[in-house]
Amino acid sequence: MIRYALQRFLGAIPTLLILIGLAFIMIRLAPGGPFDAEKQLLPEIEANLRAAYHLDEPIYQQFGRYIYGLLQGDFGPSFQYRDHTVTELIMSGFPVSLRLGGFAMLLALIVGVSLGTLAAFRQNTATDYTVMGAAMTGISIPNFVMAPLMILVFAVYLKWLPAGGLGDGSIRNLVLPVIALALPQIAYVSRLTRGSMIEVLRSNFIRTARAQGLPMRTVIIQHALKPALLPVISYIGPATAAIITGSVVIEQIFGVPGLGRYFVQGALNRDYTLVMGVVVFYGVLIIAFNFLVDLLYGWLDPRVKY
Amino acid sequence: MTDTLLRIADLNVSFSTNDGDVHAVKNLNFEVSAKETLGIVGESGSGKSQTVLALMGLLADNGRAQGSSIFEGRELLGLPTSELNQIRGSRISMIFQDPMTSLNPFIKIGRQMSFVLTGHQGLSRRDALRQCKQMLDAVHIPEAQRRLDMYPHELSGGMRQRVMIASALLCQPALLIADEPTTALDVTVQAQILQLMRELREEFDTAIILITHDLGVVAGLCDRVMVMRNGECRESGSIDQIFYQPQDEYTRELLAAVPRLDFEQPQPQDTTQMPVPTKKDDRVILLQVDSLQVFFDIPGPGIFSASQTLKAVDGVSFGLVPGETLGVVGESGCGKSTLARGILRLVNVTGGRVCMLGNDLGVMSDAALKAARSDMQIIFQDPFASLNPRMTVRDIVAEPLQTHQPGMGSDAVFGKVAAMLERVGLERAHMNRYPHEFSGGQCQRIGIARALIVEPRLILCDEPVSALDVSIQGQIVELLIELQASFDLSLIFIAHDLAVVQHISHRVMVMYLGRVVEVADKHALYTNPQHPYTRALIEAVPIPDPQLERRRLNRGLEGDIPSPLNPPSGCAFRTRCRYAKDRCARERPQLRMSGETAVACHMAGEI
Repeated sequence: MIRYALQRFLGAIPTLLILIGLAFIMIRLAPGGPFDAEKQLLPEIEANLRAAYHLDEPIYQQFGRYIYGLLQGDFGPSFQYRDHTVTELIMSGFPVSLRLGGFAMLLALIVGVSLGTLAAFRQNTATDYTVMGAAMTGISIPNFVMAPLMILVFAVYLKWLPAGGLGDGSIRNLVLPVIALALPQIAYVSRLTRGSMIEVLRSNFIRTARAQGLPMRTVIIQHALKPALLPVISYIGPATAAIITGSVVIEQIFGVPGLGRYFVQGALNRDYTLVMGVVVFYGVLIIAFNFLVDLLYGWLDPRVKY
Repeated sequence: MTDTLLRIADLNVSFSTNDGDVHAVKNLNFEVSAKETLGIVGESGSGKSQTVLALMGLLADNGRAQGSSIFEGRELLGLPTSELNQIRGSRISMIFQDPMTSLNPFIKIGRQMSFVLTGHQGLSRRDALRQCKQMLDAVHIPEAQRRLDMYPHELSGGMRQRVMIASALLCQPALLIADEPTTALDVTVQAQILQLMRELREEFDTAIILITHDLGVVAGLCDRVMVMRNGECRESGSIDQIFYQPQDEYTRELLAAVPRLDFEQPQPQDTTQMPVPTKKDDRVILLQVDSLQVFFDIPGPGIFSASQTLKAVDGVSFGLVPGETLGVVGESGCGKSTLARGILRLVNVTGGRVCMLGNDLGVMSDAALKAARSDMQIIFQDPFASLNPRMTVRDIVAEPLQTHQPGMGSDAVFGKVAAMLERVGLERAHMNRYPHEFSGGQCQRIGIARALIVEPRLILCDEPVSALDVSIQGQIVELLIELQASFDLSLIFIAHDLAVVQHISHRVMVMYLGRVVEVADKHALYTNPQHPYTRALIEAVPIPDPQLERRRLNRGLEGDIPSPLNPPSGCAFRTRCRYAKDRCARERPQLRMSGETAVACHMAGEI
């Protein structure tokens, strides 16, 4: 177990290095640069700026400098938000996105697994078709349509909930964005759960449990749920990493100051360090969550040994 | 035995499919009295399993049961699930064929057993676990307390089936239904499980319905037998009637199909059909295996602990002449399949040599090895899993030709495949069908056709009939004998059961924990077995003769094969050997000649 964790940790290092290297080169290959603006800078000023940010050095030297900084936990200064370091930017946005995404994922798991189980248990009945129809709708309606509709209904017409912003930071402000963020996830999770649950309900050990006269509740919760959750878990890992790093669309629509906007703005502004920072941060999270999924697998399935 | 426990009347089971209704059971009538044991015997597809699944309310969603099945005065068919749940698991319980997949791999043994008691009797978890432990003791599981905390995959197949039986008996049911309870098990374990069922029947006063395809299994256990075919009852009667005065033609066929080891079967065609292998002094050795070793490295338990070595095959030697059949026999885990894979280089060999017609396969280049493999083909155990379900029969059989004779034109391939299919007893018209459209026996014929198409000199048959009904096993063995004669083939025929290899083999080799314990000509081995393990294997085979079988008591082997990671010192078999002495723990016996037999036992010739 400890050996496995160690192996995985060491294995993550080259993965991360390749990711950083690729992102580092790609963003520099993109046309334009961080100091291009509508107002043309004087060549001397631009040269000074480039020197100040070490952009005049050969690329391998820049890369070395960047890795050296990373090792000390320094993502470097932002090119665009001149007074902030990238670390500061990420740390200001991440807690908001984490809270939003964490709640959304929790909601998606609870509702998605329940609906999927229900649909599997009542396979090919009206309940099944209703749940799966709703899930299909959830997947196919994009959230930039769904979110404004929700604001219209619940904030503007019914006036139950605030339309946007974090306000005083109470939970009321989070309800709409969390639901909007969770809806497509609920749809995915319920479809996954239904599929694997149907598979599990056909297996021999479920037949044994039914032959033992156990009530359906025991059969499903005690016998079927754990094996049926395995494919859901492997989806949840990377999906959580994606969701807690923020959704551009949802954060824009609800006016929430999360991490999502930095992805887009950083890329648009050729803010090299900001893009790199967000990419590295996201990469680390993906690796970490995949590792967590594997540990969960080992915990759920006793046949898996590390 | 007068009070009727279960009365089935006019039972019909049908399944609605896209091709219309399929009738699996037709107008079936039978009764089971209290404390009685009824055997239901029939081939795959005879409706024997569907009969009991119907009365347990476990039919597939598209299945429908009509008629009547009255248990302890209550009609079971059409009973709401909630009421049925009070009966099944409590008054009627059931055990299934494959104990690996029939136990939940995700839940500890004790916990999944305890659900039965907490559900039916409202016991607390702790009380339930205590009763589970007592029941594990009752089915003779050693260290029962510790087993409660183990998962199914940590137990052997025989142990798992004991756990299944223990779960089934927890509520002291009036009726136990056993659906092919020993089919997936080794013959030695089968003997143990049948013995256990005999004991428990007395102890718990339980009536039993034993479902099987093998008449040999019912002989020692059942009071009455019902023979089924195509969903109908062909014959039913007392065990002695069925075995000694069978009325129905089909019953007689089934009886004839059961291989017997207690006497030499009169087989007049034997002398004409069995090809006589080329004499050894012709000096043509087709395959020579010298001290073959196949070891696997298993990671150790801790971070820094060294990896352990699993010696799957440890120094096996033999030679095979053209036209000869060598039977290889041993329990699961004895290394017989790994031996086959080692010979074909499907696994990496740790030591020793394999020579095909004098050429060492170990030093060959990849290209030469590929060419050599056209002389050596293999047939696998599971006829369904070893055929690609998305390929047509034609593509499956033609595939080796494309590898070994890539230049062959498609017309020639077509002709060859068609001829080969007819040769193995299939039809030319089957070429464009897919494997799932065939029965197990037919699929195995496809596997044989695929192996034969490149005209090999040697075929390794890795348990080719273990997954088949007894009646089909005989047909496949006959086919192999016939093909051997016409193609001058050498065969290595692997099985876990000495009865299966008896008819086809010229010589038989018995393996235990990766080593050969005895090898001899067929006649010598069966009439005068030298090694205690060989004797135990012979004793474990059920005799299809109720009177003889009832008289045989407590035979076969105790316990399980030890872990190959940590084999016993000296003679590996000594832990299960009733003759073991101090010397057996100190010295490992080498193969030596005792009469016509090579045997690895210190006491060969004395016992």
